Amino acid sequence: MEWIADWLFIIPLAPLVAAAVNFLLGRWWIRDRAHWIAVPAVGISFLASIPAFLAVARQHGPLTQHLYTWIPAGDFQVPVTLYVDQLTAVMLLVVTGVSFLVHLYSVGYIDGDSGYHRFFAYLPLFVFSMVMLVLASNFLVLFVFWEAVGLCSYLLIGFWFRRRSAADAAKKAFIVNRIGDFGFGIGVMLLFVTLGTLNYAEVFERVETLSAGTVTAIALLLFTGAVGKSAQVPLFVWLPDAMEGPTPVSALIHAATMVTAGIFMVARTHPIFVASPTAMLVVAIVGAITAFIAATIAVTQYDIKRVVAYSTVSQLGYMAIALGAGAWIAAIFHLFTHAFFKALLFLGSGSVMHGLHDELDMRRMGGLKRYMPLTYWTFLIGAAANAGILPLAGFWSKDEIIVGAWVAGYPVIALIALAAAFFTSLYMFRAVFMTFHGEERFDRAHLHPHDPPWTMSVPLVVLAAGAALAGFVGVPPEQGWFHHLLEPVFEGTAHHEVSPVTTLAFGAISTVIALAGLYAAAAAYVLGAISPAAVAERLGPLYRLAYNKWYFDDIYQRLIVEPARGFATFLWRQIDVGIIDAAVNGAASLVVWTSQLWRRAQTGLVANYVLAIALGTVIIVGAYLVAGSNLFR
Amino acid sequence: MDQIPILSLITYAPLIGALILFLWPGATGRAVRWIALLGTGVSFVLSLAMLAAFDRSAPGMQFTEFIDWLPGLGIAYRLGVDGISAPLVVLTTLLSLISVVASWDPIQRRVREYYISLLLLETGMLGVFVSLDLFLFYIFWEVMLIPMALIIGIWGSENRVYAAVKFFLYTLAGSLLMLVGIVAVYQAYFEQTGVRTLNVLELAQGTYGQAFQMWAFAAFFLAFAIKIPMWPFHTWLPDAHVEAPTAGSVILAGILLKMGGYGFLRFNLPLFPDATRAWAPFIIVLSLIAIIYGALVALVQPDLKKLVAYSSVSHMGFVTLGIFALNAQGLYGAMIVMISHGLVTGALFLLVGILYERAHTRQISAFGGLHRSMPVAAAFWGLFAFASLGLPGLSGFVGEFLAILGGFRVYRWAGVIAMFVVILAAWYMLWVLQRIVMMRAPGEPPDPDDPELRLATAHAVPPAAGGAGPHEHAVDPRTFPDVNWKELLTLAPLAVLTVWIGVYPGYLMRILRPAIEQVLTGFGRIGF
Repeated sequence: MEWIADWLFIIPLAPLVAAAVNFLLGRWWIRDRAHWIAVPAVGISFLASIPAFLAVARQHGPLTQHLYTWIPAGDFQVPVTLYVDQLTAVMLLVVTGVSFLVHLYSVGYIDGDSGYHRFFAYLPLFVFSMVMLVLASNFLVLFVFWEAVGLCSYLLIGFWFRRRSAADAAKKAFIVNRIGDFGFGIGVMLLFVTLGTLNYAEVFERVETLSAGTVTAIALLLFTGAVGKSAQVPLFVWLPDAMEGPTPVSALIHAATMVTAGIFMVARTHPIFVASPTAMLVVAIVGAITAFIAATIAVTQYDIKRVVAYSTVSQLGYMAIALGAGAWIAAIFHLFTHAFFKALLFLGSGSVMHGLHDELDMRRMGGLKRYMPLTYWTFLIGAAANAGILPLAGFWSKDEIIVGAWVAGYPVIALIALAAAFFTSLYMFRAVFMTFHGEERFDRAHLHPHDPPWTMSVPLVVLAAGAALAGFVGVPPEQGWFHHLLEPVFEGTAHHEVSPVTTLAFGAISTVIALAGLYAAAAAYVLGAISPAAVAERLGPLYRLAYNKWYFDDIYQRLIVEPARGFATFLWRQIDVGIIDAAVNGAASLVVWTSQLWRRAQTGLVANYVLAIALGTVIIVGAYLVAGSNLFR
Repeated sequence: MDQIPILSLITYAPLIGALILFLWPGATGRAVRWIALLGTGVSFVLSLAMLAAFDRSAPGMQFTEFIDWLPGLGIAYRLGVDGISAPLVVLTTLLSLISVVASWDPIQRRVREYYISLLLLETGMLGVFVSLDLFLFYIFWEVMLIPMALIIGIWGSENRVYAAVKFFLYTLAGSLLMLVGIVAVYQAYFEQTGVRTLNVLELAQGTYGQAFQMWAFAAFFLAFAIKIPMWPFHTWLPDAHVEAPTAGSVILAGILLKMGGYGFLRFNLPLFPDATRAWAPFIIVLSLIAIIYGALVALVQPDLKKLVAYSSVSHMGFVTLGIFALNAQGLYGAMIVMISHGLVTGALFLLVGILYERAHTRQISAFGGLHRSMPVAAAFWGLFAFASLGLPGLSGFVGEFLAILGGFRVYRWAGVIAMFVVILAAWYMLWVLQRIVMMRAPGEPPDPDDPELRLATAHAVPPAAGGAGPHEHAVDPRTFPDVNWKELLTLAPLAVLTVWIGVYPGYLMRILRPAIEQVLTGFGRIGF
């Protein structure tokens, strides 16, 4: 399989060509045939990823392919070299595989939209950018595609740009991500200035030479980027709004792939984080706070996509906990299983929306199980996997994270993660019950819910199989096939031994917690034993806090956006116009004024001039005499 | 002179066009335009040939021309280009050619005089970039000033005379200071060596005292700082941009501002290295103020052109930051920002002009939903907006990142503050993109197939308002025709170059390399 090393460029090239063709020719010529370009291109990308995966899985050595030198600026040289090791290979399969399914799903979902060709230009562009992001072997190249996936996210969130809400959400996503990139960019510069290189291999070799303070600074700055991209507190606010984009986009970009780029990046650059315990602790704390806050918000939301979106934020928090705990493989394992069940949940929500004419509010759903059985069963598998029900995929990976936090010496974080697990199970089954069970609250006269066409159901089934079974690649815990595959990547990092007792104990605890969440949801939304309204009433301020998303958006609006605009207006009106320009105009007026004054001397009368000359002569001669000249003596 | 005087040909081809127009008062508008096109076209093709023949490995001046002029005073007709000026020459000929095409339909009044000004302006700009004699340089520098002021003052919009006078006086004040500086250097070199010369390369060999350097540096610096413009000498720029006709703005932003950066590199750094080192921290602070200040003020502009103008102030801050970082990355960054800004901001002004032709207003609030009525223009808006906000893969990023990195290498805080602009730039650019390209036209109801509308009807909730509120006295953006082929012709080459430099800056950087290395020889060659 080594031959693939010379053909790695196919993996990004195929979707890039598809994007370019659909972008340039879509409007005039290709139009609603755009999927014939995009879907096969992403398929090629997926097929080309398989031999690359097999090659590294067998020989354990990384593959590289040098393409060209991007920036040759003196001692700052940035080569574009594709790099595949086991970590990249896993990411490649996840990205291209899920992308292919989502492309297929989109054929049915976007059908009939006037922007069809545009959609199938943006989506492959995203695949190209994401694939390049994981293939990068240099920090600046990583940064480039980090921003490029942000661009694709912007374009796709704003796909229905005629809606103000979509345009706002797209802009917000890009700007909030740029706040993260601000830190990321400084981190990259600091790396170069202190180490003289940005190539992964050389950086990781030389990390030891850095002082503790510098390493911590670099690690935290890089993590700032991850906080933006992977929607951690306090920059998670863009992700729920990103649901304004078409549902397949939410599934691909805002669940399975792009948002995990931050997790991937931290795992990729783990030698830097390993060198800084402080940074690791910060990562774990941020992850725990994110996991908990997002889970509480998800419980209170009514928009089905937003529930799933907050669930994504929460699960990304779990991955960050794993990173902070040094449980690198657990983080990637959860990333891997999450890709299946979260993409499935989004596509399932899309299927529901498709059947209900774009309805999103779960209060206007209910009882859909009868009408869309395929959607129901696949969604249920996804929800159970997300909730961590044994033996579905999410159980194995999430449990490993909690155990990882515990053995790494973060018991409080492990407990927070367990608490969040209860909410996870609660909101997931709440969504299932409100959508598919109970009374039919939609407009039955006009709406006739039904399962989607095959292009949409095939991806659902494939992803459901993944959500159910993907966890087994990591069984038994800590010793599974997945762990052995990724071991070489994280060789040399401290590994905490986990006793079987610990594993079993946490497995039991989290199962009980997940079932408790399931029971609570059932009691509230199926059995009617608990009234959700009464609970909300009793919790009062706590409920409002969660319902209003912990007021992050309002705080940003009041404390940052409005003061910044006010300050900008002040600079413009007071400083620019009021002081600088006033000074310039004042200087000009002064010249005019003095000129006016002197103009009066120019009377044009010769007599006046003669008088002036005579007077002048007298004065000069007089002054000369007074000054004591010897001339007349 | 044993070779073709290609630099003279490039420089005077437009002048010949101007002369023909001058001597042919009866020329029809059509003939005038074609002659102008020919003049700028010949100049452009020759400049491409020059670039193709340019030896990228050789340091020093190439295609040099020398004719003794006033030998007693050490004044000579001396031309030449190196890696710094060669790309700027090509940028000038390209943007001039584009300006001729962009003015084709919009300029209908005093066409002959307009094109004479434009052609004279091009000769002046090219002369500035190719002159190696300070006297000659100064002549071209002043030649360029008058036609530009005329273009703003005659073919501009409402407040054009104020803007033209302001532009003229501001720049003239700078030029006079520079003249004092030129005479001072000339005299100092004469006193030192007994040789009278105005040859820049020779003057750079002299060693001048610290105190003298500080003052002479300041004289040159003020001229270029006004031109580029640096904060707080920038207030002529928004007025000039807003009032100038489209082609005027394109040339102003694309080329005239670059004269400042070029001046620093050609005169301040080589002539006064000690003063450069002494002044650098101060200039870096001013650059940072410009970067952040320009971006913030751009954020609250209601006028499209003013927004782009203030964004130029911000971008030019990167140029001065990069130059006075005095290392390889900074200088590469500064040069690439200059070229990239010429392409991107030139294109943004063309786009604003295209909208102005249709709407007769530049108020951002008058637009909305252009993606539907003008899909091609919208795509260009998207491309250039992202190029302007520094999206990697497009030209702006390469330059800005290198300039910031150069600054960061010298002063960590400078890099951090400059980097902050990535947030502000995204903020103002995407805000503009949303307001004019996305959403709906002012007052336009949602489409019948908009799911929002359908849900709203189903639940008896009024749909969320789209776009800005209804705008009085403005043409409905829904009726705008998309770009015509002439407009497409002006935008497409800029788009291609923007992507090319973003993806493969290596070609440009190899042209720059020897010259940048040479400039930095006096500063320890940091970064090589």
